[in-house]
Amino acid sequence: MRHIISIRDMSREEIDSLLDKSEYIRKKDKYRRSLEGKLIALLFFEPSTRTRMSFASALARLGGEAIIVDSVEGSSISKGETLADTVRVVSSYVDGIVLRHPKEGAARLACEFSNVPVINAGDGAGQHPSQTLLDLFTIRESMPLDGIEVGLLGDLRYGRTAHSLAHALTHYDVRIHTIAPRSLELPNSTLSGLIRMGAKVIEHETLDSVINELDVLYVTRIQRERFPDLATYSKVSLSYRLTPENLADVKENMIVLHPLPRAGEIDPSVDTMPQAKYFRQAENGVPVRMAMLEEVIQ
Amino acid sequence: MTKNPEEGLLISPIRNGTVIDHITAGEALSVLRILGITGTTRECLSVATNVKSCEGGLKDIVKVENRELKKNEVDRIALIAPNATINIIRDFMVAEKKGVEIPSILVGVVRCTNPGCISNTNEPIETKFVVEEGGLRCLYCDNIITSGVAELII
Repeated sequence: MRHIISIRDMSREEIDSLLDKSEYIRKKDKYRRSLEGKLIALLFFEPSTRTRMSFASALARLGGEAIIVDSVEGSSISKGETLADTVRVVSSYVDGIVLRHPKEGAARLACEFSNVPVINAGDGAGQHPSQTLLDLFTIRESMPLDGIEVGLLGDLRYGRTAHSLAHALTHYDVRIHTIAPRSLELPNSTLSGLIRMGAKVIEHETLDSVINELDVLYVTRIQRERFPDLATYSKVSLSYRLTPENLADVKENMIVLHPLPRAGEIDPSVDTMPQAKYFRQAENGVPVRMAMLEEVIQ
Repeated sequence: MTKNPEEGLLISPIRNGTVIDHITAGEALSVLRILGITGTTRECLSVATNVKSCEGGLKDIVKVENRELKKNEVDRIALIAPNATINIIRDFMVAEKKGVEIPSILVGVVRCTNPGCISNTNEPIETKFVVEEGGLRCLYCDNIITSGVAELII
């Protein structure tokens, strides 16, 4: 039985094979019915509109049926049941579980107690492998994953999407450039972990000093609650705001990604520029999640 | 021949039990805590700290009578005293001698420092850590513990 819990568990071959499958689905077979008759529980114990909808959409396009639990209130969890018990019971009703939970490591726990495959749809500040796979997929649509320069911009201290992407990129020949406000830099433990895995990481203080070297700029949200007051937040967030001027002299095929939702890190006037791929990236969530569901459940 | 009192044994030998030798100097009390031996224990116990080691430097020694350490207890000791040796004594003789080795995965040994980790809830699971070069990585939340391990031992 196969689960997808963390991008760290996946080899390059496994990632490439899932991306190949996603590409095939996206280009040629958007409505395959490979999961007809299969019942999947979407257990969302934390609010998430786009991840839940794109999993539901992916499942419907595969012909499967979703049972959605998207509120803790009124569920067994609010009565004090452990996640372990919930998963044990639910896994006897369905053919697969997609789980989102506020606690880090919840999906890893779930796969210990489940009789059916589990896909992690985000566990607190922890792992979110479907996001990382769709990030990689979107990069691969524009360029090969080897031999590129990838910039990570924004909150790199708490931003889990940037950490997971950086881990996944260690499988490829990629140079990573980090650009983060002071106090929101990549944590030392994460940085040394990446270096041990063979990553090439260069830290920068400003975006302007590196943007023209990049093939991919991955922007993440700078969250207001990370700052002591609104004035500091506004100052920092403005200095990390991507505008058309920043993109004036970038490489010809350079792309800009963002896991969304954005809070002002990318000026809306960038949206119509050829580099802006973040809505395409969100759209890619469906074929990538179709590939993931099919991979573990079929 | 009478021994010079200065060369005499610091702690007398035990008939049956365990001698933990070569504990990192100053960690003997943490070793006792890990073994669950507190001030109210009934076991006959000898503790020597900052003893001169034959190889030079200082070490701690703990002797516990009538108790043979189990593997999971030894694993815990390895985290704070990686050079310790465990001698199982039966009838005054060393019946078994083993070094301690930090296992590649620690199950139920250390608590995760991440308050958001699922292992810090009421779920029916034991903590799991992978021992890596940079520290201990929680298998649930990927949090890496680099220092203060003695305080986190369950």
